[in-house]
Amino acid sequence: MGYDLKMRIWRGDQEGGELGDYTVEVSEGEVVLDAIHRVQATQAGDLAVRWNCKAGKCGSCSAEINGRPRLLCMTRLSDFDAGETITVTPMRTFPVIRDLVTDVSFNYEKARQLPGAELGPRDDDGKRRMMQIDVERGQEFRKCIECFLCQDTCHVVRDHDHNKPAFAGPRFFLRYAELDMHPLDTHDRRVLAQGAAGLGLCNITKCCTEVCPEGIKITDNAIIPMKERVVDRKYDPLVWLGNKIGLRPRDYEGRMEVGEGPVRRP
Amino acid sequence: MASTDAGVRGPTRAEIEERTLRTDRWWLSPLTTFVVFSAFVVYATWRAFTGDDYYASPYLSPFYSPCLTDSCVEGSSDFGTPFSWWSLSPALLILIFPLGFRMTCYYYRKAYYRAFWLSPPACAVAEPHGSYSGETRFPLILQNIHRWFWYAAVAVAVILTIDVVLAFRNAEHEWGHMGLGTLLMLVNVVLIWLYTLSCHSCRHIVGGRLRHFSKHPVRYRLWTWVSRLNADHAKYAWYSLFSVALVDLYIYLLATGTIEDVRFF
Amino acid sequence: MAPTGSTTSRHPMTGNEMRGDSAAGMERHAYDVVVVGAGGAGLRAAIAAHDAGARTAVVCKSLLGKAHTVMAEGGIAAAMGNRWPEDNWEVHFRDTMRGGKMLNNWRMAQLHAQEAPERVMELEDWGALFDRTEDGLISQRDFGGHKYARLAHVGDRTGLEMIRTLQQRVVQLGIDVFMECTVTDLLLAGDRADLAGDRAESRSIAGAFGYWRETGRFILFEAPSVILATGGIGKSFKVTSNSWEYTGDGHALALRAGASLINMEFVQFHPTGMVWPPSVKGLLVTESVRGDGGILKNSEGRRFMFDYIPDFFRAETADTEEEADRWYDDKKNNRRPPELLPRDEVARAINSEIKAGRGSPHGGIYLDIASRRDPEFIRKRLPSMYHQFKELADVDITAEPMEIGPTCHYVMGGVEVDPDTELSGVTGLYAVGECSGGMHGSNRLGGNSLSDLLVFGRRAGEAAASYAAGQGSRPVVDEADVKAAERSALAPFDVEGGENPYTIQQDLQQTMNDLVGIIRTASELEESLTAIEGLKKRARSMVVEGHRQYNPGWHLALDLRNMLLVSEAIARAALAREESRGGHTRDDYPKPDPDWGTKNLVVRLDDTGSGVTLTEQPLPVMPDELKSYFEE
Repeated sequence: MGYDLKMRIWRGDQEGGELGDYTVEVSEGEVVLDAIHRVQATQAGDLAVRWNCKAGKCGSCSAEINGRPRLLCMTRLSDFDAGETITVTPMRTFPVIRDLVTDVSFNYEKARQLPGAELGPRDDDGKRRMMQIDVERGQEFRKCIECFLCQDTCHVVRDHDHNKPAFAGPRFFLRYAELDMHPLDTHDRRVLAQGAAGLGLCNITKCCTEVCPEGIKITDNAIIPMKERVVDRKYDPLVWLGNKIGLRPRDYEGRMEVGEGPVRRP
Repeated sequence: MASTDAGVRGPTRAEIEERTLRTDRWWLSPLTTFVVFSAFVVYATWRAFTGDDYYASPYLSPFYSPCLTDSCVEGSSDFGTPFSWWSLSPALLILIFPLGFRMTCYYYRKAYYRAFWLSPPACAVAEPHGSYSGETRFPLILQNIHRWFWYAAVAVAVILTIDVVLAFRNAEHEWGHMGLGTLLMLVNVVLIWLYTLSCHSCRHIVGGRLRHFSKHPVRYRLWTWVSRLNADHAKYAWYSLFSVALVDLYIYLLATGTIEDVRFF
Repeated sequence: MAPTGSTTSRHPMTGNEMRGDSAAGMERHAYDVVVVGAGGAGLRAAIAAHDAGARTAVVCKSLLGKAHTVMAEGGIAAAMGNRWPEDNWEVHFRDTMRGGKMLNNWRMAQLHAQEAPERVMELEDWGALFDRTEDGLISQRDFGGHKYARLAHVGDRTGLEMIRTLQQRVVQLGIDVFMECTVTDLLLAGDRADLAGDRAESRSIAGAFGYWRETGRFILFEAPSVILATGGIGKSFKVTSNSWEYTGDGHALALRAGASLINMEFVQFHPTGMVWPPSVKGLLVTESVRGDGGILKNSEGRRFMFDYIPDFFRAETADTEEEADRWYDDKKNNRRPPELLPRDEVARAINSEIKAGRGSPHGGIYLDIASRRDPEFIRKRLPSMYHQFKELADVDITAEPMEIGPTCHYVMGGVEVDPDTELSGVTGLYAVGECSGGMHGSNRLGGNSLSDLLVFGRRAGEAAASYAAGQGSRPVVDEADVKAAERSALAPFDVEGGENPYTIQQDLQQTMNDLVGIIRTASELEESLTAIEGLKKRARSMVVEGHRQYNPGWHLALDLRNMLLVSEAIARAALAREESRGGHTRDDYPKPDPDWGTKNLVVRLDDTGSGVTLTEQPLPVMPDELKSYFEE
């Protein structure tokens, strides 16, 4: 069942690079990463590619296949015609290191700027109680494998380097939403999300949702709800009126607002 | 700074000349959106500004409902004429609400940012702009008032529902009759409701804003329903756009005498 | 973020102080505790060391958050009693010892059972969102070998939840992380010549040497404490659930530093790995499929596990399908289905069925949950399994059975450590998680791995920090050792006309799979040792192309040395242990031998420095009050 697959793989580094042509034998049931590995083992021992689990669980092998951000290990060759040339490039939003490997430090910097979970004290018996329906929304977001394909596809930073300092990106909007929906977290990060994290830069064109290999509804379930929460805090006429006459929504009772500025560290 | 911002062709990125390496017909979807939305805008502008042919008893075009000015055709002002001083087309007075609702709608935003502003034209296709500030500045920061328009959109949907009830009359305003126009208006109002209730703001207001669903079982139930509708929000946005134009067109054709209403009973 | 005293700016992702285009040179860092590996054990150890006041660094081969812990699916075993109030540490301890066929270090098993619940609660404090019971407590699920439903879980992606939680905690605490940085040598204090003569006692850690994957430049950590948390050795086998990182680095580093390994003959073959398509052969299918109702069938449609119930577990295992099926709903009055026997038993049974010609078309057997649970339930409880089969094999597990077979999953053996502090035979060198040995005896129970990482990660972190705090002066790294480490790392570039490391790796994997696999015999093991000698010779002349910057060929060449050393350790120990027990099955000695049940095999580096020697060592004796748990 094997056949010869034609591939174009980007080779190079920050000095420059180009698409190189390779022909490699592949067989039924294989994925693009298998083909890359065979190129590596037989034709180009120094072809750099980042990968770990090869099962769509660690999110290491993110790249762009025929121009679309995908996981190399989860893209089956059977999705393409046998005669089709498959073009593989590194993610084009991040600085390239070598070949298919990019410098994804942007994401690790953004992770550091985000104040983590801060839960109150445990119950008297030393346990915590949260109901399943209350944790389910957060659980969807915690499926994230940090492949950073959403960050890669997001035009806010893909097409505009100048937005990088001001924009946390879809992966971290997920995290903001997760923490904001956490039943026991004690912080209110809405102002921070809108301000320092740049939620307002998102124009909800949904590419993040389209590329998510975990099928997380990033836009509908995290970003838009987060935008709506910001509206609660800043733009809703009825909430404002309610506040004036002493009718306060209780959603954020007992939560401390974390503002902009560097994250405190012990 | 923006001028030197080369995006995917910037100095640190992998050196690739093409703005996209996508091989599929990624341009098809934004192009379709562009053509259909443009056609609707042209049609709606023309209809809204003419101020004519929007009432064919008992049917009132959704573009002109409620009709609130002195210039309204006789029989069309079911809610009185509080804006009697308004001298332009009565449609302009009320269309601002559904228009604002749709302009700030999370789905429509996606669609027109892609199709009209090419920001981005499609996923992983480089956009042609040098700078980008998203929805952080005026005027786009006003997208945050979507919820205000949602409140108004609920009122509009209620009024259109009343119009449907009134459409169960004949041309002489006798009750218990129905025609093709009634059916079209009924379908339209159902789609309008689906569109309005599947709105992301609605989803947030009914329950999405809560942290503890378990403490609000009724709102949780509502939220699950709205969430289910919300998954098809885009679909309802398109269907209701077509239906509202179709109802208006039908009434226009009746009002101009081009066709006769099909009466069922 | 930046380490104090450092004037250069660290690369925000990797921690690298130099860009690829900067002048050559070597980075030097001083820390109190250096943790090698950023899986569950490494991260938990780093948090503990940091909390104890130590300046701590985590060094990892991959990006932060990608370690193999993300692959863990089922859950974290901890006797919290949320489902079964009668569950407690004593029961968990008993289950663990019995699962390990009593070869476990009893003290480790005890500490593990006692401390696991609190470690799970800590994860929740740090933001983990576990599945809940109806009362809002952490839900616990059934797993093979555990008497009660005991595994705290999040669907079937518990490992991801655990590593993400720990990763976020590490970031929140501001612990320095060196990503895509590989440690190739441990450095000892004092003069090497003095050390050659005597063994471990006089040795102490002075630091660790490695290279940046990104730039290929060298990096030196000077530290009195090094914690190895490098995971397992699975990549030495062809069919494995393990990722490329699992090359036995910690095992080999410890050996070369003078520490000993125990239990290396015990390699766990997970009974259920995917067998098709070939590109994912070996990929894990979680035990939760069976815990949630899945059963094993051969090509004749027979639920064959009833034919393989060993006497040791007969009293607690159902012997009819009716009783087994009732158990899922009424656990009090029925015994467990045989599909939930410990992994070694199930893997052997599957192996026998396949050998007897009752396998599936792709050489596995059937794991069927489709005919037993409704699609909604399956998608809800096993979302990533559903996803995995759908995407990779085009199989809808809610509609058809899965084809599965045994896959190399876990090594029970590892660095011999003190149970309370995880200190190895070398002062200042600690080992935790899969690269440590003793805790799991001859076979690990599902779910005990994640709890192992947490319990002993924390203990090692605290012990390492406390040791570092007690040192008046910093140990001094011998510059000659550093030079030697540099030369050794660059050696593959100097060879001409040699072989490519990928071929040698493939041959090693094939050898281990065929000759040191799930069923072993003396002749095959001897053959494997000869083969490994041959591979070692070939490896000495292997060559890599290209340059040092992000060069996977070079990385593999360096990892391969570890793989060869560890493979030899496994094969030698397997040949010596003439019995079948847990993760070690000898066709020529099919029964457990009570005499072998009282001793461990200890592996040390031999005098040539490229091979290993074996010694027998009696097991630590369990105190009488613990022995009473095993009297029937």
